[in-house]
Amino acid sequence: MNSNVNRKIASAVLIVGLFAVWEVLCLAFGVSDTVLPRPSQIFVTLWQRFPALWPHTLQTLYTTMLGFVLGVGIGVLIGVLIGWSKLAYDVAYPLLVGFSSVPKVAVVPIFVLYFGAGTVPAVLTALIMSIFPVVVNVATGLATTEPELEDVMKTLRATKFDILWNVGLPRAMPYFFASLKVAVTLAFVGSVISETVASNRGIGNVMMIASASFDVPLVFAGLFILAALGIILYGVFSLIESRITGWAHRKTEFAMG
Amino acid sequence: MTSGTNVVLIERQPEPSSGEAVPPSHVDSYVELERTTVTYGRAPNLVHALSETNLRIAKGDFVALVGPSGCGKSTILKMVGGILRASSGFVYVAGREVGAEPVRIGMAFQNPTMLPWLSIRDNVMMPLKIVPPFRGQYRKKRKGEFRDRVEALLAQVGLKGFGDKHPWQLSGGMLQRASLCRALVHDPQLLLLDEPFGALDQFTREELWSIMQQLWMTRRPTVLLVTHDLREAGYLANRICVMSARPGRIVDDRVFDAPRPRNLAMTYEPDFVAMTQRLRELIVEARSDEPAVA
Repeated sequence: MNSNVNRKIASAVLIVGLFAVWEVLCLAFGVSDTVLPRPSQIFVTLWQRFPALWPHTLQTLYTTMLGFVLGVGIGVLIGVLIGWSKLAYDVAYPLLVGFSSVPKVAVVPIFVLYFGAGTVPAVLTALIMSIFPVVVNVATGLATTEPELEDVMKTLRATKFDILWNVGLPRAMPYFFASLKVAVTLAFVGSVISETVASNRGIGNVMMIASASFDVPLVFAGLFILAALGIILYGVFSLIESRITGWAHRKTEFAMG
Repeated sequence: MTSGTNVVLIERQPEPSSGEAVPPSHVDSYVELERTTVTYGRAPNLVHALSETNLRIAKGDFVALVGPSGCGKSTILKMVGGILRASSGFVYVAGREVGAEPVRIGMAFQNPTMLPWLSIRDNVMMPLKIVPPFRGQYRKKRKGEFRDRVEALLAQVGLKGFGDKHPWQLSGGMLQRASLCRALVHDPQLLLLDEPFGALDQFTREELWSIMQQLWMTRRPTVLLVTHDLREAGYLANRICVMSARPGRIVDDRVFDAPRPRNLAMTYEPDFVAMTQRLRELIVEARSDEPAVA
């Protein structure tokens, strides 16, 4: 456990050290805050503008989480469907690969066209960003069930649903949780992109406006908020994952952070 | 005990007759393969896994299938278990075509295939959750009668107190014991064992033979055991079928009715050694088109 604590201290030192180097370099070379503000300036801006930033933070969090939850729900459904049946897997896979290789940014204008600027396109963009990793991981988890395990169940005359419920889904859980961590970060990307392009609310929009008026410390403050939200959500899902699927990681110590 | 062991060998054609330890098999065979063949793949790459095979197994009998690797032993097991369909011919279990009759089947493999997210107790209890009539009572009895049943079985194989452990906390031998428990917990009429002791060390294996014999003697399921170990076949089975290399067929079928309970000392007696020697020769003959290993 001691080495674990040491590692955590080391990564905290790394982060603080990075900020310190940044600060010192900016001071040493006299970098203007319209180019690259110092971390201390950014934190001051964060503190002073917090009342104004907070509603936007909530908005971004809201669109991200709503899109993420819906995306995961749909992703699980599709994943179970194509992981369950070999036929569906073979038939649907090319389509899914095509779907996933379309840059999601490109669909934002379409959403704006249909639903107008604002919350809806942000939610939808977060949604489609988070579907694919969930689908692929759930389907993989189901499709890689050991054949002997299935044989045991078949000799018991288990129905397909019995096998799915008792073997397939629990087995796919580690894959599912691994995909949640990826999906939640992608959902963030999606909602911020959409806010940047077409919204009057959210951190993405704040950053857009701030950069137009050369308020660079505010742009970086927005960036810091996004980073903090991303880390928090990633951490939450890592924690849930290690609680629920500890059996799959018993040999490696999964330290979060 | 050792002096009382009386080894009787009866060579015979692959047509069931009854020996001392075999219940009257001509009356009703519990498992029957009739002109069964299995092929894999399509025309140019067609693989004959099993050529026309006839096999009849009496209810409550303990039959071992031995033969060179890849000869279709596991194929037979899978057909009887209803996992694999015969390409032609028939497979009957309990007098009807396989799958038609709701026969309770237990199966154990070389790999213990425990579910890693469940405790040993829940793993062993899995068949009770799936198989009728236990299925309907599962919710009600899971914490009572079924739990006691699993505990009793675990105690019988030497896993008393390990019910709450998870699979990764147990050794290979212990997992294999748990796997046997899972195969037996729903009181199967038919037990299919595919080299269940194959991956274990000698001592654990021999200990499990004795446990297996005990379990068979008290519950008397019909057992079909696939194995590479001729001593194992002799120790456990009432009847030993030797299969040829692929495409497999049964080339020798003999009753071996040494009195029970058998013990390890028996497996070193001249008669027993002579029998395993004979089986070994048959298997070497059966794979004669391959380079023979003396």
